[in-house]
Amino acid sequence: MEAINPAVLIASLSVFVLAAFLGYQLISRVPPLLHTPLMSATNAISGISLIGSLVIAGMHKVDFHALMAGGAAAKPSIATLLGFVAVITATTNVVGGFGITDRMLKMFQQRKKGAKGESK
Amino acid sequence: METGVNYLLEFTYLIASILFVLGIKGLSHPETARRGMFLAEAGMAAAIIGTLFHRGIITYEWIAAGLIIGSIVGALMAIWVPMTAMPQRTALSHAFGAFAAALVGIAEYTLHGGLSMPGFTRGALGFEVMLGALTTTGSLIAAGKLQGVIRGTPVQFKGQQFLNLLLFGGMVGCFIYSVVNPTASLFFYAMVALGFFFGIMLVIPIGSADMPVVMSLLNSYAGLAAAATGFVLGNNVLIIAGTLDGFSGLILSILMCKAMNRSITNVLFGGFGAIIHAAGLDAVGEMREISLDDAAVRLAYASKVVFVPGYGLATAQAQHAVRELANALEERGVTVKYGIHPVAGRMPGHMNVLLAEANVPYGELYEMEQINPEFPSTDVAVVIGANDVVNPDARDNPDSPIAGMPILEVDKSKSVIVLKRGQGRGFSGLENPLFFKPVTSMLYGDAKASLSQLAQEVKNV
Repeated sequence: MEAINPAVLIASLSVFVLAAFLGYQLISRVPPLLHTPLMSATNAISGISLIGSLVIAGMHKVDFHALMAGGAAAKPSIATLLGFVAVITATTNVVGGFGITDRMLKMFQQRKKGAKGESK
Repeated sequence: METGVNYLLEFTYLIASILFVLGIKGLSHPETARRGMFLAEAGMAAAIIGTLFHRGIITYEWIAAGLIIGSIVGALMAIWVPMTAMPQRTALSHAFGAFAAALVGIAEYTLHGGLSMPGFTRGALGFEVMLGALTTTGSLIAAGKLQGVIRGTPVQFKGQQFLNLLLFGGMVGCFIYSVVNPTASLFFYAMVALGFFFGIMLVIPIGSADMPVVMSLLNSYAGLAAAATGFVLGNNVLIIAGTLDGFSGLILSILMCKAMNRSITNVLFGGFGAIIHAAGLDAVGEMREISLDDAAVRLAYASKVVFVPGYGLATAQAQHAVRELANALEERGVTVKYGIHPVAGRMPGHMNVLLAEANVPYGELYEMEQINPEFPSTDVAVVIGANDVVNPDARDNPDSPIAGMPILEVDKSKSVIVLKRGQGRGFSGLENPLFFKPVTSMLYGDAKASLSQLAQEVKNV
């Protein structure tokens, strides 16, 4: 890990504060109609923490053949295992979250087309 | 060469952040929402693919396995989860997101230990892991309550507040100690354990009716945990996405609390459902029952009907039956509208999604402020499995536990038909004077069956 120097810290804090303001503006404009899709969409987006778990899951070389053969020396590190589980749960959120959001939004979108006649 | 890859990756993350923001911006209208989400998905794909070229990654077996398993589980959930189960699914996804954040934090800690980190990073990491841990178990409990695996009523016992305070103090104490003393890894892991335990204790005393607030809060925590991960890794896209998620949850929590006229602390520590029985505010009078035939005739000859759905609509899976009845009425020239209370159901927007599933045009769905002035000109208000959100006590009785909560004023319409499974009380355990008013008629039975039969009868009138 790179040590955080003050400049990076200030930059991170600036990003955080600006994102908070932007988030407030953006989310205040979402109508209550779409609050459930909003929740699952932001959840899917915050699944971006997947990129952190990817790096951790992939940073140590593991000899899979030795592992299968039961070699104790070839055991993956705890970090690798934790990263692996994190990759699973984060991916589940990304794929499931976006998938289900789209399913919901499709239902909302069909209204208008349905009213005009689906059979066109 | 290496720095070249790094700049490219940072640039990819910047693009992803912009696409995420555009994606949420799209959610301001139903017609642009889907397109917006495609942008966000593209941003996500770019960020993931870009990360796979990260110079720190030297082996892909675990990554591939994780991505495949996660994609399969996620896809199955996306395809098979019914719309009525959306609150449970969302609670589970909060648990998954928070768990991922907690695991990444713990992994970072095992890799680097406290010593190699600057104090601020240790703080962010501890915060991330603590929040991640308590959100994981808290969300699992919430999901269990919503699914009915765990009893939905508040679980309370003597000394609970004290125990929770002790747990919270212990957790925060371990957090601070492990930040101040880089070598105190024991305290770090104690904090993790206490976090997991505190999450359970935090949600267990909260009743199902308060779930919209709890869901929003857990959403907020999961997002903030992800944002803290961004601080630890010095990664801006993580900070941006996590903050957007965190603030979305926070804003929703505030909206939900306003819609219940309660503070967040009251929801978290009030244990709503349990107190009310003690209050013993029993409305008296007689409930008038109405037969299916009479209800059908009344609806058929109305000129304006407003449906008011509540959680009972979801449990009875009656959304399609409502639409069926609405269609039959509209064919007769009756104006049909739907009045949606912000906390109807178990999560924000729950009712809207169910009705959208049943092909109800979103133009017919009205928010509380829009529909309330219309009730006096409404011939029949049909309450389907809603209780507290139409309880006139909230408006009229200052001693009521829900006094001051804004309600859908169905009692101002010319007549009210309440669809109810039985004569019992609502989820809050509160007696509802609406049921005893002269304008109100009760139609007992399974909402789905009643509505389908009503639709048939209306067609035959």
